[in-house]
Amino acid sequence: MSEPLRQASSQSPGQPPSQALLRVENLTVSFDGFKAVDGMNLTIQRNQVRVLIGPNGAGKSTLLDAIIGHVRPSGGRVILKGEDVTHLPEHKIVRKGICRKFQAPGVLEGLTVWENLAVAARSSREWWSSLTHRTPADVRELVEEVIEMINLQDKRNSLAKVLAHGQKQWLEIGMVVASKADLLLLDEPAAGMSHGEAAQTADLIRRLSDWHSFLVIDHDMGFVAQLEAPITVLHLGRLLMEGTLEEVRRDPQVAAVYLGREAEKPNAGH
Amino acid sequence: MMSKSRIIKTLLQIVVLIGLLLAPYYLSSYNLSLLGRFLAYAILALGLSLVWGQGGILCLGQGVFFGLGAYALALHLKLAGLGPTDLPDFMVWSGLSNLPWWWKLFHSAAFSFAAVILIPALAAGGLSWLVFRRRVGGVYFALITQALALAFSTLLISEQGYTGGFNGLTDFSTLLGYTVLDPKFQRALYWITVVVLAASFWFLEWLLASNFGKILRAIRDGENRVRFLGYNPVPFKALVFAIGGALAGLSGALFTLHAGVISPANVGVVPSIEMIAWVAVGGRASLVGAVAGTLLVNFGKDWVSNAMPSLWPFVMGLLFVLVVTVVPKGLSGLWDRDSWDWLSRAISRWRSGGQPPASVSSGRNVEHVKKAVGIDVAATPLSEDETR
Repeated sequence: MSEPLRQASSQSPGQPPSQALLRVENLTVSFDGFKAVDGMNLTIQRNQVRVLIGPNGAGKSTLLDAIIGHVRPSGGRVILKGEDVTHLPEHKIVRKGICRKFQAPGVLEGLTVWENLAVAARSSREWWSSLTHRTPADVRELVEEVIEMINLQDKRNSLAKVLAHGQKQWLEIGMVVASKADLLLLDEPAAGMSHGEAAQTADLIRRLSDWHSFLVIDHDMGFVAQLEAPITVLHLGRLLMEGTLEEVRRDPQVAAVYLGREAEKPNAGH
Repeated sequence: MMSKSRIIKTLLQIVVLIGLLLAPYYLSSYNLSLLGRFLAYAILALGLSLVWGQGGILCLGQGVFFGLGAYALALHLKLAGLGPTDLPDFMVWSGLSNLPWWWKLFHSAAFSFAAVILIPALAAGGLSWLVFRRRVGGVYFALITQALALAFSTLLISEQGYTGGFNGLTDFSTLLGYTVLDPKFQRALYWITVVVLAASFWFLEWLLASNFGKILRAIRDGENRVRFLGYNPVPFKALVFAIGGALAGLSGALFTLHAGVISPANVGVVPSIEMIAWVAVGGRASLVGAVAGTLLVNFGKDWVSNAMPSLWPFVMGLLFVLVVTVVPKGLSGLWDRDSWDWLSRAISRWRSGGQPPASVSSGRNVEHVKKAVGIDVAATPLSEDETR
């Protein structure tokens, strides 16, 4: 990985190393009285990969939504790099350094692969700075690097809508990486991927954790195991437990939560 | 370095421009006056192509901005033909004894020319900014603009003493000291219209090829995705809508000079919907399509109306239905092979005796074909060597 991605980490030297990248404090999201997320606490350090699992309806996606401002919490705070971002507009939260990949691939279909990445990689996101035909050299360099990383070199000039599903997933992961955000939220990044592709994705996330922190939601325990990361289990909008994959597997509470939901039971995976 | 296709495209555009500039020497004066009027319309159509085709914002009230530009110039034209203390005839009939203060502003030609562009641009930009900021879009925005068109034409009719009411403003005599009805002035007006159209066209081509244009298309395809990449879509959309408004205003002012009249009948709901039809027929995502569609529909209207006046609304409706169902990308989409899918599907259905086709002959990419034959693409993993 060469210069542009390395710069992406933007580890400000002035900051105390002990300061967490993201702190979610007592976060609550309710929909008409139903608490989808209920007093959730979560801390993510720099360059850390964290996996979020839990049965359907546990509030995983809603937690990500609340962190990035897609839904507004009814209580609690989201602190990014020591700054309260709970009530900022979405695009401002993103500019502070969080970027998210949604569950359904959200690539920009009418743009080429290269343009998708270039839109994500632009360092100024104000409209007036876009009134030019020039792509800055640092953006071009970063796009080239990401395009190689996600293996879409041959498709650089193809419209994103002609990509296969797995390629769209990779393109969106690439866009999130190209945004140079400190914290990347990935909602089921390996969904619809073959085992080989999922393994490559896990490998990619591990390698990129030198520059970014990750919060990853996934159901596939095989994929989760490959991330080799601490796991947070959510149930009914609350934190059930945190621990390593082994601890989570042995935990009787977790087993009870997944019981009766045979299809999602965290077994050995594939 | 320009690519080969880009050079050919530019050459074609220049040839068409020269052809249009020479039109006074080979067209009858009747056809020339029609062409001038329709080219003025085409400036508005370019704006709609930007707003709707590229920005994904459907506006059913573009007549409002057309009208704002048209009336801004018409006010000046009305005053220019009067003595310094005279009142326009319709004001006298309505019992007004003094010129309203805001009419007086239009004594100045410079102010009026600026108003032709700025009033519709500010109105369009301001309105759309307020609406888009509230995250209202799509059908709701279309309905708001439709209601605006209705309110605008109703207001023009009801305020007879200030606007000339139902009859609008007409009987123009001079502009900047030139006689409006002089054939030389009319010819110059035609050339000005062509030049404004060409300048608008190239400005939009430049804008759409810029990073702004890319982000605009990105917002059209996935507003949320773009927002979650750190962009605020609101100023992009509002600016585009303001540019659309400015072009509509220019179009309205030039139309007023060509037609010699502007009335509520040119700016209400029905004309606004016809404007959408021009662009839909030509292909909303294509600037060339927007201009071609405008000329085609309007010459068609003239031709059908001359032959059989009551027939036109039916022809228009049929044309619109055909375009929406058969070539949703409009005439410019006929160049695109995807547009012929329905035909190849129909042929293969007919050949197989009513059975669904086994494959789509013109499907150009794997995913497309898979979708057509019912394979769930999401559930079909790629082999590893396809991605490695």
